[in-house]
Amino acid sequence: MGKSAITVDQLVVHRGRREVLHGLTAQVARGSVTGLLGSSGSGKTTLLRAIVGVQVVHSGSVTVLGHPAGSPKLRRRVGYLTQSPSIYPDLTVRENVRYFATLYGRGDDAVTEALKTVGLADAERQLVSTLSGGQRSRASLACALVGQPDVLILDEPTVGQDPVLRDELWTKFRELARAGTTLVISSHVMDEAEHCDRLLLIRDGYLIADDSPAAIKSATGADNLDTAFLSMIRARQAEASLEVG
Amino acid sequence: MAVMSGRILAGTTHRIMLQLRHDRRTVGLLLVVPSLFLTLLYYMFDANGMVFQRVGLVMLGLFPHVMMFLITSIVMLRERQSGTLERLFTTPLGKLDLLFGYGVAFSIVAALQGTITALVAHYLLDLDPAGHLGLVIVVAVANAVLGVALGLLCSAFARTEFQAVQFMPVVVLPQALLCGLFVPRDDMAGWLQAISDVLPMSYAVDALLEIGGHADPTTTMWRDLAIIGGAAVLALILGAATLRRRTP
Repeated sequence: MGKSAITVDQLVVHRGRREVLHGLTAQVARGSVTGLLGSSGSGKTTLLRAIVGVQVVHSGSVTVLGHPAGSPKLRRRVGYLTQSPSIYPDLTVRENVRYFATLYGRGDDAVTEALKTVGLADAERQLVSTLSGGQRSRASLACALVGQPDVLILDEPTVGQDPVLRDELWTKFRELARAGTTLVISSHVMDEAEHCDRLLLIRDGYLIADDSPAAIKSATGADNLDTAFLSMIRARQAEASLEVG
Repeated sequence: MAVMSGRILAGTTHRIMLQLRHDRRTVGLLLVVPSLFLTLLYYMFDANGMVFQRVGLVMLGLFPHVMMFLITSIVMLRERQSGTLERLFTTPLGKLDLLFGYGVAFSIVAALQGTITALVAHYLLDLDPAGHLGLVIVVAVANAVLGVALGLLCSAFARTEFQAVQFMPVVVLPQALLCGLFVPRDDMAGWLQAISDVLPMSYAVDALLEIGGHADPTTTMWRDLAIIGGAAVLALILGAATLRRRTP
């Protein structure tokens, strides 16, 4: 139990009449960076929502730091970045981050640090509505970082960011993991996957790979993750059509 | 874990006030429009000052209610749609922190609005109730809080801002028609009077008319005020029940 920060067990989730996660099981180690990969509509966001406890779950369970996902004890310890920036457009960047700091009981120092981390220290007095899309999602990221949580669930934090900044953010994520934070980061950019300790690949609500980037590459004999995943998906499809036939 | 936290409630109230401060036009409209409307009424009823004494007084109490209802239902709908509500629910914030945060912030605005309007009405438009003007403001603020609470509740049933705006005629208009402003409640058909009896705004109007006609606060006025407060708390509790941390 001690090593795993998040345990997902036989998770089934319905959205509308459709079943979108079909008995998913996975573990996330403490102090690691786990990449959650998959195309849009594969169930990434649904899984992340289940981990932070805002998703109605049909069956199965999600345990975070030894507690059922979403339990009150966890709300101080889990930070969540939604895919589209969910902050207040009619407040300045700093006012947004300060509000979230207040919710987590953090002071002004934490606000300044979070703003620096996402590279928005210079724009802190700007209204969020006047920011570019990339800046907006960084402001939203700062609101998740400011709580200094033990578990960070980030839904596509690097979309639309410039390459230098993206690199800096990944360095920061690695740093946080070294200090003991557990990070789950969804992405559909494969080259980012190399930064992760472990990768979970979801397709159509099924987990089709769960391993380290190196192991995934060597298992498929591919030299990059893109090709590796493609061959895994093909292999799986072939298997499925054999079963049907 | 506590249902409500002083720090989080204060932080939330502060955040909502900051949002308003950045929207100067809305604040301007909120503070000025009721006075302009009363001025219009004043000149409309120029020939009959007694009517203005009655209608103006009632409007003073109803305005904050209508405006706060509209603003709250739209703001809360935005909170639901923009994803901030879902995000807030992953933080230590409690449902009541959020609801009372809105309640407190908009009550402050309502108090400002009520005070400005009451002062304009009294000193410029000769509105002169027998009772204390401060009591008029108290009823206005209580009615505004009721508007906030109903707005929060109704926002749960609207998917779009268009729908949210449509709740105004559904919720506010019947109350305004049956509250005794247009037709005295005693003159209504029995079944209309029965409906009027369960609409909270009827008690707000009743309280204002009590203040208009009596120099000292009457028992009826206090009872009316308690009913308005009770209805507001009830609506807030129902509103809290519509807020779900987990959604499908």
